[in-house]
Amino acid sequence: MTQWIDVAPLDDVPARGARMLKTAHGCVAVFRTADDEVFALDNTCPHKQGPLAEGIVHGKSVTCPLHNWVFSLETGMAQGQDVGQVATYPARVDAGRILIDAAQLTGRAVAAE
Amino acid sequence: MSDHLIIIGAGMATGRAIEDLRSAGSDIKITLFNAEPRGNYNRIMLSPVLAGDKTYEEIVTHDDAWYAEHDVTCRFGEKVDAIDREAKTITAANGDVLSYDKLMFGTGSNPFMIPLPGHDLDGVIAYRDLEDTQKMMDLGPDNKCVVIGGGLLGLEAAAGMAARGVDVTVIHIMGHLMERQLDEAAGYLLRKALVDKGITVKCSANSKEILGENGKVRALLLDDGTELPCDLLVMAVGIRPNVKLAQDAGLAVGKGIHVDDQMVTSDPDILAVGECVEHNGAIFGLVAPLYDQAKVAAKTLLGEDATFVQKELSTKLKVTGCDLFSAGDFAEGEGREDIVFRDPARGVYRRLVIENNVIVGAVMYGDTADSNWFFGLIKDKTDIADMRETVIFGPAFQGGAAVDPLSAVAALPRDAEICGCNGICKGEIEDAIAAGSTDLVGIKATTKASASCGTCTGLVEQVLAVTLGDDFVIPAAATVCGCTDMTHEDVRRMIKSQKLTSMNAVWQECGWKTVDGCPTCRPALNFYLLADWPLEYKDDPQSRFINERKHANIQKDGTFSVVPRMWGGITTPDELRAIADAADKYMVPTVKVTGGQRIDLLGVKGEDLPGIWKDLNDAGMVSGYAYSKGLRTVKTCVGTDHCRFGTQDSTGLGIKLEKTLHGAWTPHKLKLGVSGCPRNCAEATCKDIGVICVDSGYQISIGGAAGMDVKETELLVQVPTEDEAILVIKAVSQLYREQAKYLDRIYKWMAKVGLDWIKEQIVDDLDNRAALVDRFELSQTIYRHDPWAEHVKKAETYQPLANLSLEAAE
Ligand SMILES: Cc1cc2nc3c(=O)[nH]c(=O)nc-3n(C[C@H](O)[C@H](O)[C@H](O)COP(=O)(O)OP(=O)(O)OC[C@H]3O[C@@H](n4cnc5c(N)ncnc54)[C@H](O)[C@@H]3O)c2cc1C
Ligand code: SF4
Ligand code: SF4
Ligand code: FES
Repeated sequence: MTQWIDVAPLDDVPARGARMLKTAHGCVAVFRTADDEVFALDNTCPHKQGPLAEGIVHGKSVTCPLHNWVFSLETGMAQGQDVGQVATYPARVDAGRILIDAAQLTGRAVAAE
Repeated sequence: MSDHLIIIGAGMATGRAIEDLRSAGSDIKITLFNAEPRGNYNRIMLSPVLAGDKTYEEIVTHDDAWYAEHDVTCRFGEKVDAIDREAKTITAANGDVLSYDKLMFGTGSNPFMIPLPGHDLDGVIAYRDLEDTQKMMDLGPDNKCVVIGGGLLGLEAAAGMAARGVDVTVIHIMGHLMERQLDEAAGYLLRKALVDKGITVKCSANSKEILGENGKVRALLLDDGTELPCDLLVMAVGIRPNVKLAQDAGLAVGKGIHVDDQMVTSDPDILAVGECVEHNGAIFGLVAPLYDQAKVAAKTLLGEDATFVQKELSTKLKVTGCDLFSAGDFAEGEGREDIVFRDPARGVYRRLVIENNVIVGAVMYGDTADSNWFFGLIKDKTDIADMRETVIFGPAFQGGAAVDPLSAVAALPRDAEICGCNGICKGEIEDAIAAGSTDLVGIKATTKASASCGTCTGLVEQVLAVTLGDDFVIPAAATVCGCTDMTHEDVRRMIKSQKLTSMNAVWQECGWKTVDGCPTCRPALNFYLLADWPLEYKDDPQSRFINERKHANIQKDGTFSVVPRMWGGITTPDELRAIADAADKYMVPTVKVTGGQRIDLLGVKGEDLPGIWKDLNDAGMVSGYAYSKGLRTVKTCVGTDHCRFGTQDSTGLGIKLEKTLHGAWTPHKLKLGVSGCPRNCAEATCKDIGVICVDSGYQISIGGAAGMDVKETELLVQVPTEDEAILVIKAVSQLYREQAKYLDRIYKWMAKVGLDWIKEQIVDDLDNRAALVDRFELSQTIYRHDPWAEHVKKAETYQPLANLSLEAAE
């Protein structure tokens, strides 16, 4: 069951940028593209734990700030030669607010414990 | 006797409903009220009337004879003031009470007026009806007009007036024009076309107040203090459904008058059509859906079944020479992909947004001939899997050609400057080719193009290739990245010679193949633009690597390092105390002295950055830019102040240099050193720029390095005074900023252009030296500041967006 919760106004995240979200089970990065789409992914790069929210956002990808691995914001898959994936969470914009599916975040908690 | 239908509003929607009723043979008695003193005209054609392409008479859709022939009782210039739903009567403005069997709303919408101080002054108008249009037409040539709103209506108003010789300025609050219909790239092209028509366009501009004189508008004041004088001010910022009368009558009203799929309101005897309605949460602002509504409403009145369905909409702008098209949804939603095509030669931009092999949105600029075909693919949800590779080229190209990588250079006009050093334009090179110089060596010999610093070589080769076709093969050169076929040098020349002052301008004019670049090209372009156009271009933090975006060095565990500036490596006990306090307060795990004579606080948490910066700021310290492709440090020795060998005040010069250079962005990091004598304790000869003081003056040498490569500097010039040394260093820094490839340090740049060429620019040509210094200083008026103080003001952006720990734990 989806349980959308309102996390912040869209304008709090710069276009082609990201901000980090704290959850009980780790940090989630919220990305905003040039076209005002939003995506939520685990903030931690599978390579050496780089903080993805600090990367450069281009098209629908983000490049990790530490060693330039590129991840699809849609699938969380590493692009090109690199192999790895980060978890993604449903996110959307409604009336200028960012909504995230909290059920999914809680779901992860159950799975993790 | 037949029923009586009263219609409120003779607009485009109700006009169509009456036509549909009568052509279906209905003989219902119709009385038509309209607040405007006239019947129905084609409102959307007001723009061609304004531009002088049509007359009002030509856009009247229903004239007196038509109404007479179709048996419609007209009460034009009369408003309906009230409705009594119990008694089923309406009250007209003159007090007449008429009874109805059926009532239809078609009251349209009201232009929204921003309640700025002064919005009620004489000469402040909207753009909605013939009266507004007439006021704009009455404005003679050379009068000034400000239009607030860079959407469809505002731009049509602006273009119409500009065509009449009015001096028009458009003020738009968003970053690009028509942001609801266009993406940034198309917005850039549109803006360019409007500027070419003589219209001034200001985006990201906030209006503050409308200033008046004797009750009449005089100027618009922006919140940055700019005053824009005007004789007329047009507000075109949006519309609100006109629902007052319906609300007073107790009908269900949200944003608009609520209607069901049959266009019936909450009262079964009252219908509504047009911009005044709200259907399934949507309101309307274009005529296409209104005509569908009119058809459904007519059928409902005739007792037939019909259902209104919302469809995809498309937009075009009715401004001559601005060929644009936008349809569907080109934002939001997962699983979407873009296909982008840019043809700088023809000023064409196309972008398709694709989801599951179906086109869901399209934006086009420049060539919209195929727009109907694309709109068809969107509406029909056609599966495009089979033509995916070529769909962007339109119907004619299915299976056809790829993009020509030379089109950007082919598009350049003859007077586009290709070689900046020698001022050689494309036309001169073409002429030289025609006269028989068919290779680079020949062009260099005959025109001098690319014979000096050589950075325009790539462009000269492209001109050769465009002119000679297959007879000239371009040697493969490394492009900036996969987004473009151009090299760094090509792009830099294009930015200068074509005056490209925005990222979108570069993407379009250099034929970028991606929507918004990649992490390789974006930081490079951001630097090139800010270096070449310090006033016009605004630095884009989102195109910088994290270190420069957050003004701190990211460490491998995601924490940051903080390095306050110590001018020339000099500090004080008070500063050291403040640093120690900050290190304690923020539990800094490592405090280290750097190779550039600074103190590095390593391991600060991202969230703590604004706090520690504030504490260091309060103690008088500013950011050391230890993370930047910019001036890092000026390392000094103690010089004459303390050393028995010192010949000049090396520490003093180091401090002066650091104070004047700090904040400057450069292609790569820039490190300086000043030693007080040739013993060189400051290791100045392995810096990017080094100064060795001698008895007779200052030896300035450049191109040292002590990184992956180790290089000794080479002497640029010796000058007698400290002031001249500073001027030379500013000039060489600026030349490096203007010419070098991003991520080339001075030694790499010097290897390409040659030390002799640099000497010509700075040592031999004193006018050029002075001009470089001026441009450096101009840029520094914007960039010489402390980023810490600024970021402390937006400390909240360093905190998590939200903390969901509690929610998730439930
Ligand atoms: C300059 C301009 C250019 C446009 N260009 C385009 C375009 O290119 N493409 C496009 O699709 N759309 C365009 N539009 C929008 C389009 O014109 C509108 O969507 C359309 O006219 C709305 O039709 P309507 O019947 O709902 O309302 P309207 O045409 O506005 O008619 C409503 C009428 O009701 C009258 N009225 C209101 N209250 C009362 C009352 N109480 N009693 C009596 N009468 C009343 C009003 O005076 C008005 O005449 C443009 C609009 C403008 C102003
Ligand atoms: S470089 Fe010369 S002046 Fe400077 S500290 Fe060394 S010996 Fe003294
Ligand atoms: S030398 Fe290498 S390991 Fe040491 S700080 Fe520089 S980059 Fe890091
Ligand atoms: S940690 Fe992300 S690329 Fe290395």
